[in-house]
Amino acid sequence: MLFLNFYFENKSFSRFRKYTNTAHSRCFLAMDTIHACFKEKIGEVLLPGDVFSFRLPESGDGSIKTEKTICGPGLRRNGEEVQVCKSGILRHKQPNMYWIDSQQRRYVPAKGESVIGIVTAKSGDIFKVDVGGSEQASLSYLAFEGATKRNRPNVQVGDLVYGQFTIANKDMEPELVCIDSCGRANGMGVFGADGLLFKVSLGLVRRLLVPQSEIIKDLEKIFPFELVVGMNGRVWVKAKTVQQTLIVTNLLETCENMTSQQRQTLFKRVADGCL
Amino acid sequence: MSATRGLCMRTMMELDQSCSNLREYGSEQSLLSKPDGTSTFVQGDTSILAGVYGPAEVKVSKEIYDRATVEVLIQPKMGLPGVRERAREQCVRETCEAALLLTLHPRSSVTVVLQVVHDDGSLLSCCLNAACMALMDAGLPMSHLFCSVTCAISKEGQIITDPTARQEKESRALLTFAIDSAESSVLMSSTTGSFSVQELQQCIAISQKASEQIFQFYRDSVKRRYSKIK
Repeated sequence: MLFLNFYFENKSFSRFRKYTNTAHSRCFLAMDTIHACFKEKIGEVLLPGDVFSFRLPESGDGSIKTEKTICGPGLRRNGEEVQVCKSGILRHKQPNMYWIDSQQRRYVPAKGESVIGIVTAKSGDIFKVDVGGSEQASLSYLAFEGATKRNRPNVQVGDLVYGQFTIANKDMEPELVCIDSCGRANGMGVFGADGLLFKVSLGLVRRLLVPQSEIIKDLEKIFPFELVVGMNGRVWVKAKTVQQTLIVTNLLETCENMTSQQRQTLFKRVADGCL
Repeated sequence: MSATRGLCMRTMMELDQSCSNLREYGSEQSLLSKPDGTSTFVQGDTSILAGVYGPAEVKVSKEIYDRATVEVLIQPKMGLPGVRERAREQCVRETCEAALLLTLHPRSSVTVVLQVVHDDGSLLSCCLNAACMALMDAGLPMSHLFCSVTCAISKEGQIITDPTARQEKESRALLTFAIDSAESSVLMSSTTGSFSVQELQQCIAISQKASEQIFQFYRDSVKRRYSKIK
């Protein structure tokens, strides 16, 4: 039962940061009460300390359905109440997922997320990787495609690696791997011979990773480039020349606080200027 | 003053008069790029800049196995931090520890750095308000917000909220309270001078009333900040 719950969590939150304490909340209450409480506040800015309290309907008519509500990042269950613990906008995804969309710069490791790490040390069988969290993650040398005890991967201190977390909770040291469950690299591993690595806020990273991201589509029209986006706020860019790389970097850093209109005007100006 | 009815009426009048006596305040978030959360808070002429780093790495000697370690540093405008700053740091640290959900980030550290830009009275209050806005900006999980109000009791017995430096010097007692947003209860109090029990209770009531204005201000400022993303 516990394993099933965890699996469900993983699928739903492949793209969002998770709080292992609060990612899942089961409310055995009438459906109307929960949605009604949340619905009025969807799209509104909430502050820590705001509370949603659910009360059982007084007529015990026995028609209470058990219904699962998933409380995502920023919401915390406290007995019969759901408390807001971060400031941000309340978002909703059908049928029953709610979370707080907050702007943050600091990354907290969560299982299943793909991040860009910098190798800081080699000690025995593992590499220590800096992922921007409160602790350094460990990456075993066997967690690369085609790596065996005799055939060690070619990883040096200072290299960039793109990997996924297999273990990431508040009590243990996070662990990264560069292979998927089938043993194939699938785009992960060491990269970044040239190019530029820089840091942006987590909100921008999530907007870049959306399947049909408008920002990426607009950027593609200017000139071609290679892009690696890690969920820890790190982005690596490589274009044909150094100048183009720097232009893409500056555009990504500035479009954080712009509306889509302002962004498109800016990109158009740059495209005209380049060509 | 001796009759109960007289005391109540005076309290009501003072509440009405003093509540609107908070100096003009303003705040800004996300100014600096390096810290995880920053804010400035201005009350009249007193201005504080706060920066928050966390949850970050912590030295093994300072780590706590089940919660985050909160460190507060107050840098005065001139000179090195002394004993006075250490006392204020302790007040700020204990208030932050009460409001943050520290058990979500064991063996990590949350550092709050406060820089005094200008001091014109109510310094500790301004530090606490700036710290709260910076913690919100950094996205650290909090169970509730906190704000702080300073009351000064003049030699005639009049209670002034949010005193300037000159009013503080001429007062016979100075009381600072940190109030939480969930139940308006007092999280921290720091007092100097002599005052009676009734005066203490009056000051607490006045601070609780004034804190509502400040919480509404927090809400408006965060709404303005997120209005661009929507």
